[in-house]
Amino acid sequence: MNAVDFILAGMLAAATPMLLAALGEMVVERSGVLNLGLEGMMALGAALGFITTYSTGSHALGFVVAALGGAALSLLFALIVLGFVANQVAAGLAIGILGTGLSSLFGKNFESLTIDGLPKLALPGLSDLPVVGVLFVQDAVVWATAVLALAIWAVMTHSKLGLIIRAVGENPHAARAIGFGVLRVRCGAIAFGGALAGIAGAYASTVYTPLWADGMIAGRGWIALALVVFGTWMTGRVVFGAVLFGALSLGELTTQAAGVNIPSQLLACVPYVVTILMLAVISSNRRRMRLNTIASLGQPFER
Amino acid sequence: MRISFVRRDHASRPAMLLAPVVAFACAIVASVILFTALGKAPGQALYSLLLEPFLTWYNFSEVLLKMAPLLLIAQGLAIGFRANVFNIGAEGQLIIGAIAASALPVWYPQGDSALMLPAMLVMGAGAGMAWAAIAAMFRTRFNANEILVTLMLSLIAAQVLNYLLLGPWKDPHGFNFPQSVMFPDAALLPILLPGTRVNISLLFALVASVLAYVLMRHRFAGFQLLVGGLAPRAARYAGFSEARAIWLSLLLGGLAAGLAGAAEVAGPLGQLQRSVSLGYGYSAIIVAYLGGLNPLGIVVSAFVMSVIYIGGDNAMVSADLPVAAVWVFQGLLLCFYLAGLTFIRHRVSFSRKALP
Repeated sequence: MNAVDFILAGMLAAATPMLLAALGEMVVERSGVLNLGLEGMMALGAALGFITTYSTGSHALGFVVAALGGAALSLLFALIVLGFVANQVAAGLAIGILGTGLSSLFGKNFESLTIDGLPKLALPGLSDLPVVGVLFVQDAVVWATAVLALAIWAVMTHSKLGLIIRAVGENPHAARAIGFGVLRVRCGAIAFGGALAGIAGAYASTVYTPLWADGMIAGRGWIALALVVFGTWMTGRVVFGAVLFGALSLGELTTQAAGVNIPSQLLACVPYVVTILMLAVISSNRRRMRLNTIASLGQPFER
Repeated sequence: MRISFVRRDHASRPAMLLAPVVAFACAIVASVILFTALGKAPGQALYSLLLEPFLTWYNFSEVLLKMAPLLLIAQGLAIGFRANVFNIGAEGQLIIGAIAASALPVWYPQGDSALMLPAMLVMGAGAGMAWAAIAAMFRTRFNANEILVTLMLSLIAAQVLNYLLLGPWKDPHGFNFPQSVMFPDAALLPILLPGTRVNISLLFALVASVLAYVLMRHRFAGFQLLVGGLAPRAARYAGFSEARAIWLSLLLGGLAAGLAGAAEVAGPLGQLQRSVSLGYGYSAIIVAYLGGLNPLGIVVSAFVMSVIYIGGDNAMVSADLPVAAVWVFQGLLLCFYLAGLTFIRHRVSFSRKALP
């Protein structure tokens, strides 16, 4: 398998953890809340998902528990920032630290254990195409994520629910004046984002690299946060960014496999460096950022 | 009945003082429940966590040792946090500071010049500043969010450290451990309290606290910084610059973290190690918030956090708790504190009907 095939075949799976987390966070931020705890919620989901799948043998159950764990942690965040009107940046950091700590606490007895991943499913017809055919042989979660991305796009742009979420994010006081429960909508969005972050973590630990290692999320939650900015809060662009990053992280492996003499630690920096550069390129257009940024993002809502 | 928060006319002083204490109590209760659920002995864990650090002079001196980097970094970060500049990459600035400071003793392991130590400290502080300056440049020049940039820079710094310790800077006689050579005496900080490992970096941290207090209370620059961060537009009308607030916040934060990193390698470690930072950069964020972003409060919260660090080390042995338990406790503590802060500016109101 040459490098191009390898990247094409693997980039969607590599993108999936970041994409799931980023899609959830995008909805949360659209409702006007910034949850910086993504990394912690992913780590918790990864630990819970792995432990459940390892103990029961069921991937589905692993994802359910991970989603519940992520949602539970995000509801704690919701309680602090919505119920107690706290600073969202600080609360997000607290949740991040708490989630990361809980993941190593729970995962301690499972260190370096492995499980089986999920089988790849080929999309009949498309998977026989030359060159790009490998793109259409993916595991069930990748397919489900693709469907979910479409669904989120449809809901956010073409449904009343999407309109309400965006209204709450752009002008919570106006949204309240016409009768929408701002806190209720935000709470729902936060729980949704938390559940997706949990699933994202579980995908990383039970399917993509089916093993538990402390610290295995390795900044992917933060990259997902950057992807939301990169995608200027639009589903299609977030998907594009995530796939780009998936390809990039595989490029790192192929460079190593090709025997290029660059220390692996420095190659591991590439996604982080690219994240910074990408943020700079997108954000430097201040006018476009101001047009796209959610107006009430990060501001507490008080009547 | 409906329970809601109503804004107070004036901030409540009792709530301000009570919030951290109540949060601390709640965090203890929550961790006891959690540790019991995990089948650990909570009594033993609490004893180790909260009492043992005070029971022997050695343990207490270790608390003071840990306090130095936490206090120093938290004072630096709080300057930025007060101005709404969120440097959460102190971890990376500390690591880069430690690397830069280690360059001299790694290259001159036999060095005995009296200038070695001061040069190391200057290099560490300068490198921490430079690392933070990258984020300041990206923020002011390209409008890139400093939270994400500083965090990414931390992840990069950790990889650079790994690279150096597994490659060029690895001690050739170190049995293949990822660590540098042991530093010569000329590269080590003088001990402050004889018979302990507490070195003069504690004085740096205390001096930094005084300087932070003076900056906040008595300097026009401190006021400009505050306004520049809190109300960029008002600041612009008044002729204060937002960019200056960003630069100043990040440079001071980086300086403090870099100096702390230099003091770690020149202090208790005596060499560059992978575990040069035990998450001080992240804990310092919590320290800064728990201290109410106030230079005096931060001295208290840094002490409390060091107790938890040392207590956590003890609990690892005596109650079979993993290191992560300390992170769980710190996370809970900040969660409760942030919730408690609400009572400073709000009071609870019980009303029959929903407000119109």
